Amino acid sequence: MSLQTENLTVYYQTLRGDVKALDGATFTIADGEIMGLAGESGCGKTTLGHSLIRLTPPMRFVEGRVTLDDEELPVWDMEKMNGFRFKRISIVPQCAMNALNPTRKIGKMTSELLESRKVSIRATLPELKRRLDLVELSHDVLDMYPIELSGGMKQRMVMVLSTLLNPSLLIADEITSALDVSTQQAVAEMLVEFRDREFVKSMIVITHDISILYQIADSIMVMYAGQLAEKASTDVIIHSPRHPYTRLLISSLPKVGVKYSEKRLTGIPGKPPLLLDPPTGCRFRERCPVAFGKCQEEPPFVEIEQGHFVACWKEFERNA
Amino acid sequence: MKKPKKKSEFLYFALRNKKLQVGLIIVLFFLVLSFIGPMLTHNEPFAYVNPGGAEPPSSEYWFGTTFFGQDVFAQFAHGLRATFLVGIIGGGLGTLIGILVGFTAGYRGGIVDEVLNVFTNIILVIPTLAVLLIIAAYLEVRSLLMECIFIGLTSWPWAARAIRSQTFSLRTREFVDLAKMSGMKPLKIIFTEIAPNMMSYLVMTFILQFGGAILNAATLDFIGLGPTDAISLGLMMQVAVLWGALQLGSWWWFVPPGLAITAIVGALYVMNVGLDEVFNPKLREM
Amino acid sequence: MLRLDNVSKVYRIGTFGGKELHAVSDVSFDIGDGEVISLIGESGSGKSTIGKMILRLIPESSGTITFNGVDISTLEGDALKEYYRKVQGVFQDPFSSYNPIFKADRVFRIIREEFFPKIPGAEWNAKIDRSLKAVGLNPGDVLDKFPHQLSGGQLQRFLIARALLLDIEFLVADEIISMLDASTRIDVLNLLADLKSRGLSVLFITHDLSLGYYISERAVILYRGCIMEMGATEKIYFNPLHPYTRMLMASVPRLDKKWEEAEVDLKAKQSQLTGGCVYYERCPVAGKDAGCARDRPALIEVEPDHFVACSKLQRGTLE
Repeated sequence: MSLQTENLTVYYQTLRGDVKALDGATFTIADGEIMGLAGESGCGKTTLGHSLIRLTPPMRFVEGRVTLDDEELPVWDMEKMNGFRFKRISIVPQCAMNALNPTRKIGKMTSELLESRKVSIRATLPELKRRLDLVELSHDVLDMYPIELSGGMKQRMVMVLSTLLNPSLLIADEITSALDVSTQQAVAEMLVEFRDREFVKSMIVITHDISILYQIADSIMVMYAGQLAEKASTDVIIHSPRHPYTRLLISSLPKVGVKYSEKRLTGIPGKPPLLLDPPTGCRFRERCPVAFGKCQEEPPFVEIEQGHFVACWKEFERNA
Repeated sequence: MKKPKKKSEFLYFALRNKKLQVGLIIVLFFLVLSFIGPMLTHNEPFAYVNPGGAEPPSSEYWFGTTFFGQDVFAQFAHGLRATFLVGIIGGGLGTLIGILVGFTAGYRGGIVDEVLNVFTNIILVIPTLAVLLIIAAYLEVRSLLMECIFIGLTSWPWAARAIRSQTFSLRTREFVDLAKMSGMKPLKIIFTEIAPNMMSYLVMTFILQFGGAILNAATLDFIGLGPTDAISLGLMMQVAVLWGALQLGSWWWFVPPGLAITAIVGALYVMNVGLDEVFNPKLREM
Repeated sequence: MLRLDNVSKVYRIGTFGGKELHAVSDVSFDIGDGEVISLIGESGSGKSTIGKMILRLIPESSGTITFNGVDISTLEGDALKEYYRKVQGVFQDPFSSYNPIFKADRVFRIIREEFFPKIPGAEWNAKIDRSLKAVGLNPGDVLDKFPHQLSGGQLQRFLIARALLLDIEFLVADEIISMLDASTRIDVLNLLADLKSRGLSVLFITHDLSLGYYISERAVILYRGCIMEMGATEKIYFNPLHPYTRMLMASVPRLDKKWEEAEVDLKAKQSQLTGGCVYYERCPVAGKDAGCARDRPALIEVEPDHFVACSKLQRGTLE
């Protein structure tokens, strides 16, 4: 097993109390799996991604256990995590283009980064060059300032840097949002290539754009209001989802070939609950078309068929 | 009219901000003193009341007397009034001109902005001291009001620049576009959409101008370019040093005015920092 | 109803304004009554600039925009206000469209002050009520609230309600749903389609192809300020002829098919417009074709309601 989390719970501290941004996340990612993490804003996907690698205030670790390659990840301890960051687990943050220090040449930044991890620059340089070739960046890039690169180039540079030490797990947080369509495809496919060439073992791709996940992810995990709703292989999520939220979400996405005049799509009425004081039980029940009495109790995230996890009492009923 | 939610949040933080509290108390203290001070003493500032000349503070003369036997406290109390007047009129004038120029340049942009920029830079670069010396050479009598106006007319560039850049950044926001599409005239847009968003900025600019004007006036007074027919804290210090207070050790003559100026201007700047924290939530210490 | 004729927008950039940036180059198209046209392009394509020019927020450098036969650049003062009674816009960022220190329904009040100064209170409230219900909002939920108390979807619909108060004929929707959540997007989209069936014309600016397909009859594909292809939506989507359109159709992540091996030239850098086809440098089929580098291709009608601007196609050398 590459990554395993058990009941991971992380809250945000605010003036008005704790926002229960991530509640009881339990899931596994296998070796070599690219898992897409999808959901709407406020669902907790960014919290999940960041809590695995950099749990800083105002995030607060409440409880849970995370293991990476059978070794426990002390996510609550920023200092101990230093030993893991970049080497075993790495992240390509949102707006990665802004992650590059504008006053440093890229090469200098890279060597500083490697030095801080006690890795010899000289030893890594040939590999770095090979990877630059792979993402079609010329070696001159190391001598340039970030401002001289385009958005797509910066994104690819950050991807190369984040994966340079071959981490087991890479977290990609909305890395395609700010890119042009063609660069988007190139960058997304690059992720897959990194996995195929074993630069990275597994990945969590966080995005709100499910169509990108359809193209590159092996499995998709859908979150709602801080809890896990469903996880299954990409095909199953897109074509035969079981959780009511996933179903409504997928059916609300416009596809080429579907016109308003022929088939009117519908959204999900209502709003997600505020996580300052979330409702007890299943957090989707207020908007759920099939909610019933049992939904007052929080449904566990359970495997209803091989590799397909759902948190929904209705679906458990159907399976029984 | 209902108060927006932001106002009560502002008051909540305003009243709890230590810097704002301390600064405000100090400034208010001196302000009140400037009002009632002259009423507490029946001596005129320039009257020669003490034949004994310079004497240290006593129960009769709370701040002692000057070399000429004038009541230092009387001078101080009246001087405070002058100081605050300069602050309000000089600082106010500077802020007003700064607002006019800044908003116009920031909102219109283009050639108007270029022209106003050149104008602002010229005023900025003029050596005010030299100009004042020339004016002083021609005028025999200089009034307090003249000093206020002069300070106002030469200190506005800083305000104008700051307001211009804020206006620039605000006018590209989409709610300004929306106002344009509602048929609003540009002047109305500036005053109803942009200015309210900059309220905190404008208040802070005024406070800075206020403090700056007081300091400017004190400097001008000290080197002898102050008003000829009034008393101010800076003038007190000028006369004190001129007439040997330092050598004679008559500290009571120049220490009160000096301390007062330092305290007022310092308090104003501390208030400003506090206000910045109140207006800008990101600076607040949780 | 609305017509663009050879509209261009040129910006001076660089030190001392030495260089020129052609944000929009010689764009011509028209929109009829009750029609929705998608203006599709990536960032830098000039689509937002066109929207702003139509809304008279930016002046055009050359060409004319006519609304019901009148050149809108001639409108001033009251005439301009009349224009805004018929033409309005909604932008991408719902939160930026509201002045954060005021309540959201202030935008309604502004409309009242500017356009309906003498209307009695009860009649105005009824009008607001109707508008809000027409966009699917509950007046009790959204009135008297600050922008940060409402969701993005509600704010966008609020803006559409504002436009409806004026009884508009034409709406410029500039990426209005890209910042909304997936589940609310479709509601706003459906709203636009509903309004269209009641006679509203919409210029739907987007970078998302599937959205364009969902609600528009015609589409215009823009690249770096020039129209590459335009025509009936079905024809563009199922028979794309321009190399750029083809690339878009192939690269946009879709839920109905997976990406094919696409030739994406990542090394190509953008340069200034020097006279030839704007897509020349990234075009997979142009090769070293001198014609493409030299001539700016014109929009040719290759079949009814399907126009393409490609030199190679014109010369019959496009595979």
